[in-house]
Amino acid sequence: MSLPATATLVVILVTLPLAAATLLFASGRQPRTLTLAAALLLTFAALALGGNVYLEGVSVHAIGGWAAPLGIHWQVTPAGTVMLVATALVGLAGAVYGAGYFLHRPGPDGRMARVFMPLWLFAWGGLNALFVAADLFNLYVALEVLTLASVALVALSARRMALQAAMRYLLAGLFGSVIYLLGVALLYGQYGVLDFATLTAMLDPEDPGSRAGAVALTVGLLIKAAIFPLHFWLPGAHGRAEPPVSAMLSGLVVAAAFYLLLRLWFGPLAEMLSFGVGVLFGALGAGALFWGGMLALLQRRLKMLVAYSTVSQFGFAMLVFPLAGGDHRGTVFVGGTLLLANHALAKAALFLAAGTLVRASGSDRIGTLVGFAGRAHWAWLAVILASAALIGMPPTLGFSAKWLLLQAAVADGAWVWLGVMLGGTLLTFAYLGRLLELALLDPAPGPSPPPPLTAALLLPALLLALLACLAGLWAMDVEAIARLESGT
Amino acid sequence: MSLPPGTLFLLAAALLFAIGAHGLVTCRHLLRKVLALNVTTTGVFLLLVTLGRSGTGVDPVPHAMVLTGIVVALSTTAVALGLIVRLERRQP
Repeated sequence: MSLPATATLVVILVTLPLAAATLLFASGRQPRTLTLAAALLLTFAALALGGNVYLEGVSVHAIGGWAAPLGIHWQVTPAGTVMLVATALVGLAGAVYGAGYFLHRPGPDGRMARVFMPLWLFAWGGLNALFVAADLFNLYVALEVLTLASVALVALSARRMALQAAMRYLLAGLFGSVIYLLGVALLYGQYGVLDFATLTAMLDPEDPGSRAGAVALTVGLLIKAAIFPLHFWLPGAHGRAEPPVSAMLSGLVVAAAFYLLLRLWFGPLAEMLSFGVGVLFGALGAGALFWGGMLALLQRRLKMLVAYSTVSQFGFAMLVFPLAGGDHRGTVFVGGTLLLANHALAKAALFLAAGTLVRASGSDRIGTLVGFAGRAHWAWLAVILASAALIGMPPTLGFSAKWLLLQAAVADGAWVWLGVMLGGTLLTFAYLGRLLELALLDPAPGPSPPPPLTAALLLPALLLALLACLAGLWAMDVEAIARLESGT
Repeated sequence: MSLPPGTLFLLAAALLFAIGAHGLVTCRHLLRKVLALNVTTTGVFLLLVTLGRSGTGVDPVPHAMVLTGIVVALSTTAVALGLIVRLERRQP
């Protein structure tokens, strides 16, 4: 296929979800079939784009034919495409799950289903726009679309605790955005450009104004990516939202902010990534890894455990920055991207399966979860597969990602970070293992009669977890890694 | 001693940002927090507009950014206010 196809696919990926969401919202009817059709089309577009990029590499599109710096560019990179495909898979799985999840709940939840689908598509569109944007200000707008859709999704669950969590999330998210915008303003004041390519060429790493701008961009994104110690808003928002919402927030929305951090520090700000900055990022990561891991180990509620696991896993992702200083920047960048993709699939699977198990058990306390009884065993299978991917057992995508990072750490002799990675992996193993042990060795009987578990509640999680495991086989191919690296 | 042009605006922008950030952390009432956030955003907008004013003329790009930013701020404020209303209605 030739380049116009890629351009068309990108336009579909960004505009279709926003247009469909607006239409669905305005029509106000039961939009299940329409949403699922849009979700399928988006997934197809993302997969086709993945094929194109795999064959052709990076492509750049000037919107409306206006070139940078005055015009706006979309840039389709291999790493961005990995995120677009992960978004599509989680988006489709969540839409199917949501259709099944909100269906069987009587009363005001009919309204919930009506609002869930448009918001889901808004968030999806924001994510797609973010992964193809290549200038600082467009990224700000995409981040805001994403934040607003996410907050509204958390507030879907009308319980007071969820509303409070949504409010805290909104304030933290908006404050992060303002600080990010401050960074944009400072950098624009120095150089008068916004797009990544020009900025990379112009940036002077010694200039104090640019440094202040870099700090502001980073702090804003650290809040949005919930990196320890700025993670305070995450467990409540992710733990108290409805299950499909938690899946998207934990799997993708946090990852989007982190992906932006990755692009900035491996792109325009790369010259500023000194040893000291790397160590600072690594220390934050180690803190997140152990703090989040310890709290996950102490949780008594299933969804809170999974939420704290996200804090911990993004600590792991922060370790790419101290490793980027060596000779293996390309490998580390790919490792970081695959880590995000693995987390997106596995964490979404874990949250979806958790939602099913909570419904089957009638409570989300870990001590009262049903065991392998009835059809719940499919959900447990998804939990086990997703846990394997999060821990990074071969041949999962998590293993491939961690393997790339470990290789870089060994080659650079970064023994401290190697130790942190191994310790973090053990901790992940500990809290997920504890969950499985508590729930499966001492299962509760569950309510009788058991609530119906339809295929929509079981299959999406299982398929996502399976994909996280099988994608590792693809990512072990040396050529695939080289093609991913070409986009950095 | 004469200050370079725009210094006053830059100082005002910094002051607005600081007032807003302080308010966001110290105020307890949610409505005040939302207002404080708006003050912070205004500080950043003022910074952007000031940076767009150079010796040779006015750069339109920061103005476009601020216009977009105002639309974004309006939407986020509306969502925040809606959320506060829903929270108040659920007051135990």
